[in-house]
Amino acid sequence: MGMTITEKILAAHTGKEALRPGELINAQVDLALGNDITAPLAIEAFHDMGAEDVFDRSKVALVPDHFTPARDVRAAEQCAIIRSFALQQEIEHYFEVGRVGIEHVLLPEEGLVLPGEVIVGADSHTCTYGALGAFSTGVGSTDLAMAMALGEIWLRVPQSMRLTYTGELGPWVGGKDLILFTIGEIGVDGARYRAIEFHGPTVETLSMDGRFTMANMAVEAGAKNGIFHVDEKTLQWLEGRSSREYRVFESDADATYVEELTFDVSALEPQVALPHLPSNVKPISQAGEVEIDQVVIGSCTNGRLEDMEIAARILSGREVHPHIRVLVFPGTPRIVGEMSRRGWLNTLLEAGAAVSAPTCGPCLGGHMGVLADGERSVSTTNRNFVGRMGHTGSEVYLVGPAVAAASALTGRLTDPREVMEE
Amino acid sequence: MSSMLLEGDAWRFGRNVDTDVIIPARYLDTTDVKELASHCMEDLDPDFCTRVKEGDIIVAEENFGSGSSREHAPLAIKGCGVSCVIASSFARIFYRNAINVGLPILECPEAVEDIETGDRLRIDLEKGRVENLSSGHSFQAAPFPEFMREIISRGGLVQYVKARLQS
Repeated sequence: MGMTITEKILAAHTGKEALRPGELINAQVDLALGNDITAPLAIEAFHDMGAEDVFDRSKVALVPDHFTPARDVRAAEQCAIIRSFALQQEIEHYFEVGRVGIEHVLLPEEGLVLPGEVIVGADSHTCTYGALGAFSTGVGSTDLAMAMALGEIWLRVPQSMRLTYTGELGPWVGGKDLILFTIGEIGVDGARYRAIEFHGPTVETLSMDGRFTMANMAVEAGAKNGIFHVDEKTLQWLEGRSSREYRVFESDADATYVEELTFDVSALEPQVALPHLPSNVKPISQAGEVEIDQVVIGSCTNGRLEDMEIAARILSGREVHPHIRVLVFPGTPRIVGEMSRRGWLNTLLEAGAAVSAPTCGPCLGGHMGVLADGERSVSTTNRNFVGRMGHTGSEVYLVGPAVAAASALTGRLTDPREVMEE
Repeated sequence: MSSMLLEGDAWRFGRNVDTDVIIPARYLDTTDVKELASHCMEDLDPDFCTRVKEGDIIVAEENFGSGSSREHAPLAIKGCGVSCVIASSFARIFYRNAINVGLPILECPEAVEDIETGDRLRIDLEKGRVENLSSGHSFQAAPFPEFMREIISRGGLVQYVKARLQS
């Protein structure tokens, strides 16, 4: 019997030849991640466990990105807990403001996550690194404490489901539209406890940035991990990022899948997830007339260079609608630097958008663009739950960067094809 | 685990109760369980944390605890005195967090279908039995695998790792 890529990676980290779905294992961890919300609890648990030193100071990443630059005294105190722990433990991958980025954009960029590795993070969107052919999954703070103390994580080997995409994508349709469409099809628990494998000619044509976006939102369908196979694009993207060796795994042809679905996406329009579930998805032509107050472009889902490029192209030489605010959150300082070199920072500023230092900011209603009662935001983030971006009476419409930028111009939810030629 | 036999009143919730309503992110600037508990469920039911009593039981439909990985969610629920969560199904990170922090949970769709808010419930955690004293019906929840039972019986993952580190 063959094995899936997920089963092979987990077997290699458990010292076993083979693994089957449902087995409970303690897997070796290549990187354990925490942020300013989850790490303080993990540090408490770490001490309660009686642990003294982290298992490997080069295999722990502490990334204060949620409420930073510290939004208030209480947030600053949480960050201080992490800073003090990082210094005391001599954690190699601790990032201060100025060098910190949004964790799931930052770690791949820094070469800290590689194919075939097992990465656990006390953040649900840790599944992002599956784009590189790694097993990566979100866990809790006590799990992070165990991973920091022992270098291990307890896991139930997930069943895998295989999603295949065929057809050429239309203009202004990208990874975000594919994953929103998928969540709309299978539901917010359609992949609960499962590994999602993304396959097919359509995803092969996607850029790495687009693949990160898709893997990032696997958790929004309830998945444990979302994973892509390594191809030429992956290898090219990895070049020069890390000197560590890595192993490339592939699913066997006779691997077992609990479900296999194929989607022809050649006629796919830009997609929108309406309030208040990521599965409440409609093609933009059927999303209705939605007046908005805010546009958010960025986050661990869509804060990469390609997303910034799309926003800059659409906003170039134009002005954002006078009654709305547009907030841009590039994922890392390097991305901000690249935007500056390419002139996109000026493009966005001249259009009337605010560009922030990298932070999760309003995505989870933390700071930097929280919504008032009755306000609506079009956003490239990943969740539109009740109260997610602020007041419980506010609304979030999840979209890709093209729809977000087009909506910034008109002040209402807008199909990019309405404001652009191609 | 402190007690394997529980009794309390039910609080019924719907599908996809996410961690953003269990404990909104704006309150995630503390690790103090009592403070987290004082905001538990407030975006879904502002009266919940003032009216919930020690020992009460949350009963919810599919995918309870979806969304973020915040362990503050099971801690807030535990902190306001809830003795157990019964759901048709749990989102996976909430599921492992509950086991890790010692919040008893049971997966039992049949019981969820039967139970209304205010029903009196009796639970035998060891056997996975759920008895609705108000309706007179009994239900059997799915058993936990042995490894998880070990974590649960030690009172959570902290104790499990502590024992590993000492051995």
